[in-house]
Amino acid sequence: MPFISNTDKDRKEMLAEIGVKKFEDLLTDIPKKFILKELCSLEEPYSELDITRKISELAAKNISTEKAISFLGAGVYDHFIPAAVDHIVLRPEFHSAYTPYQAEVSQGTLQYIYEYQTLICELTGMEISNAGMYDGASAAAEAILMASRKTKNFKAVIAGTINPLYLEVIKSYTEGIGIELVYVPSKNGMVDLEALKDAIDDNTGCVLLQTPNFFGNIEDAFAVEEITHTSKKALFIVAVDPISLAVLNSPSEYNADIVVGEGQALGNAQNYGGPLFGFLASKLFLARTIPGRIVGETLDADGEKAYCLTLQAREQHIRRAKSTSNICSNEALCNLAATVYMTLMGKEGLKEVAIQSTTKAHYLAGKISKINGFSLAFEAPFFKEFAIKTPVLAKEIIEKLKSKNIFPGVDLKQFGYENMLLIAVTEKKRKWDLDELINSLKEFSR
Amino acid sequence: MAKTIFEKHSQGRKGFTLPKNDVEVSLGECIPEKFHREEDIKFPEVSELDVMRHFLELSHMNHCIEKGFYPLGSCTMKYNPKINETLVRNDGFMNLHPFQDEDTVQGALDILYELQNDLAEISGFANVTLQPVAGAHGEFTGLKIIRAYHKLKGNTHKKKIIFPDSAHGTNPATVILTGYEVVEIKSNDKGMVDIDDLKAHVDDETAGFMLTNPNTLGLFESQIEEIAEIIHGVDGLMYMDGANFNAIMGIVKPGEIGFDIMHFNLHKTFATPHGGGGPGSGPIGVRDDLVKFLPVPMITKKDDKFFLDHSFKETSIGKVQSFFGNFAVNVRAFIYLKMLGAKGLKRVAENAVINANYIMKKLEDYYYIPHKDTYCMHEFIASGKWQKEKYGIKTLDIAKRILDKGFHAPTIYFPLIVPEAMMIEPTETESKETLDEFITAMIEIAKESEKNPDVLKNAPINTPVKRVDDTLAVRQLNVKFEW
Repeated sequence: MPFISNTDKDRKEMLAEIGVKKFEDLLTDIPKKFILKELCSLEEPYSELDITRKISELAAKNISTEKAISFLGAGVYDHFIPAAVDHIVLRPEFHSAYTPYQAEVSQGTLQYIYEYQTLICELTGMEISNAGMYDGASAAAEAILMASRKTKNFKAVIAGTINPLYLEVIKSYTEGIGIELVYVPSKNGMVDLEALKDAIDDNTGCVLLQTPNFFGNIEDAFAVEEITHTSKKALFIVAVDPISLAVLNSPSEYNADIVVGEGQALGNAQNYGGPLFGFLASKLFLARTIPGRIVGETLDADGEKAYCLTLQAREQHIRRAKSTSNICSNEALCNLAATVYMTLMGKEGLKEVAIQSTTKAHYLAGKISKINGFSLAFEAPFFKEFAIKTPVLAKEIIEKLKSKNIFPGVDLKQFGYENMLLIAVTEKKRKWDLDELINSLKEFSR
Repeated sequence: MAKTIFEKHSQGRKGFTLPKNDVEVSLGECIPEKFHREEDIKFPEVSELDVMRHFLELSHMNHCIEKGFYPLGSCTMKYNPKINETLVRNDGFMNLHPFQDEDTVQGALDILYELQNDLAEISGFANVTLQPVAGAHGEFTGLKIIRAYHKLKGNTHKKKIIFPDSAHGTNPATVILTGYEVVEIKSNDKGMVDIDDLKAHVDDETAGFMLTNPNTLGLFESQIEEIAEIIHGVDGLMYMDGANFNAIMGIVKPGEIGFDIMHFNLHKTFATPHGGGGPGSGPIGVRDDLVKFLPVPMITKKDDKFFLDHSFKETSIGKVQSFFGNFAVNVRAFIYLKMLGAKGLKRVAENAVINANYIMKKLEDYYYIPHKDTYCMHEFIASGKWQKEKYGIKTLDIAKRILDKGFHAPTIYFPLIVPEAMMIEPTETESKETLDEFITAMIEIAKESEKNPDVLKNAPINTPVKRVDDTLAVRQLNVKFEW
């Protein structure tokens, strides 16, 4: 039997020590009528070789972004990952360890989380970071709950240019607990600042802005901050692309109170959308309202430096119904991958990734907008992603280019924008790849 | 302690290579000056070798399953098969984007579809969503479904979720997060739900009941049928916290014993790695009439083609994660399940139960075991009560001394209803020899607490650091490195 050490002989000996004849004698508390009389209906067990063949066959039915030229983004991005990242992640000491509750035998996990928190704070300009959330969407949702707890104001104002998938998760998290969501419409692919002013009052708990926003456009966070803080209590939450922060304003420059985002781009593969991980950082005065784990430095009994989980009085295993969130398991190993990635890339590497992604995106956008019938959907400045208007249904383009293994972008029709494609570019794309897309789109010119 | 990576910084050192930028555009041409970061980010500059040495050094300070026994109650720290890691790293899984056209991800959807079905089969539910990414996330999804059920029925008076005092901390936290009121009821002297107390608290406002079964004392709730009858009697729904499913796989189906919804912890029961805290996966199964409330999309099959089904969006609770859950974790669980088959599945539960009972039996003379009169399931509660009363030794001291002996400590001070609790779960993957070594160590510790209590109070001494002061960490909050 796979992965079970004990033999029938061991079982027999153990049952005898326990003082029963057979396994079934141990089931005294289970009502007889509930005990299954037949085995579950599953396939016969696979050997390691058989399952390897089956899985390889199934994987071969997929077309990976390595085998295609992909411009898909909208929250998950195909950035380069150095080989060393996975070698660290696969270390059993990280891979098969539990949550670091027993600090004395978990210093490895605790220290990398402390370093992760430091890196996230450096990137965002915040003073405290937690050890991670499920994904960018749930991090944004929990940030809204955080702001409501702190301000006791239960109106959350959300810029309509936020990733619509974030919005759906936010709705799930805020429905039924008395939080009112107010959407501010977008204007030319940016949040409408006049409408934002109208949406805010002294009952506002927070304003949530994404920049670069869902369309890739860089929002005027300085202006949004100014409007947000005209309200007495409102906190300014910003959702950011961590790669962008190598070149774009640090959220502390525009005085954000809470910063969240999707961390997958930092050293984690796309994995068909999961696992992802969310990061969440804030100013220090919000420390006690933060959800999830936080690691702090302390001393051991000999007075030596050591690390442990801290501010645990916020967490479910201590405070139960009074905790700041129900989160327990997070995406720790993804945070480790991000930590290794950020240290390998360093200041120069991350900046180069950001610059190459941006400049290649702009080259591509410039060329596409010159094709008859195609145009940039918005005039706003953008980072590594942009929306284009297409002369035919975006679906038609996607369908046709599929045969060439080109994934030209995300069809925005599903989010209410007809004839529009959202195109993401990372440093992995060569000029040759970009030209392939440009030439393919020419077929659709009008 | 190891230096931080920041102390290893040396300007100009590089740990990466990237191809040369082959488009001739500058950043200044792309983005207006106003949006440029004022100062460069301050990240450490280190070589790849520096990075490898640093993280290897850190890894050496961790316990892990491959290093030794990990008897953490309710955590199911079983061995994580290596084949999962090899196979999930296939380019055809790792490098799939969630917005790819369905035609290009048929293999991935096939796996998810089959996993949904297999989990439904072994749990006795009509269907399963793979979207929740952790146990608590599954609880959240389950309680949202309870809300949706009552909303559709016009049950506006439903306000309360009941759970026993032995419940995991995530249960009450989830109740609050979903806008319900918490009602905690007592356990009886047998460690099970106190039916009288349950009856006293159930009323028309009861929306549902959350129960871990087997419960956190390692006992199967024998009155489950009666409990379900009481809850269903007021049109409440029965939610099962599946953290302890390892004990009963292939033996009973939760969907057949009165539960309406349950979550799985694939990172416990289905051998996917805990990763130092995640990523996990917390799918939930539901009975037939609740399927319409599951998060969108579900994976369905029509004419031999798999697709993402959004057709029930109107009744669905919406989304709890951006895409389809933790795909890469679900693939690992799929592989594990396929390698077990139905017989293996049952064998897992049996050996998990035997291993737990074996340790319990062997320790009964040395530690107070509140429910030794009955057999346990996959885990049991021992207590340091005797050691505390006689020698002033706390369970915390015992736990730290266990670390000295090369084992991870059990879950301690939980469940809250047993003073000085130690929750011990060996899992099925451990051999009799390992259990014997652990038992010997536990007996030694019991003796030490009598003869040499200081060795416990000063424990641990064989670990990378000595006992860590967590109150100091709160008092002098230091959560990032200054450099």
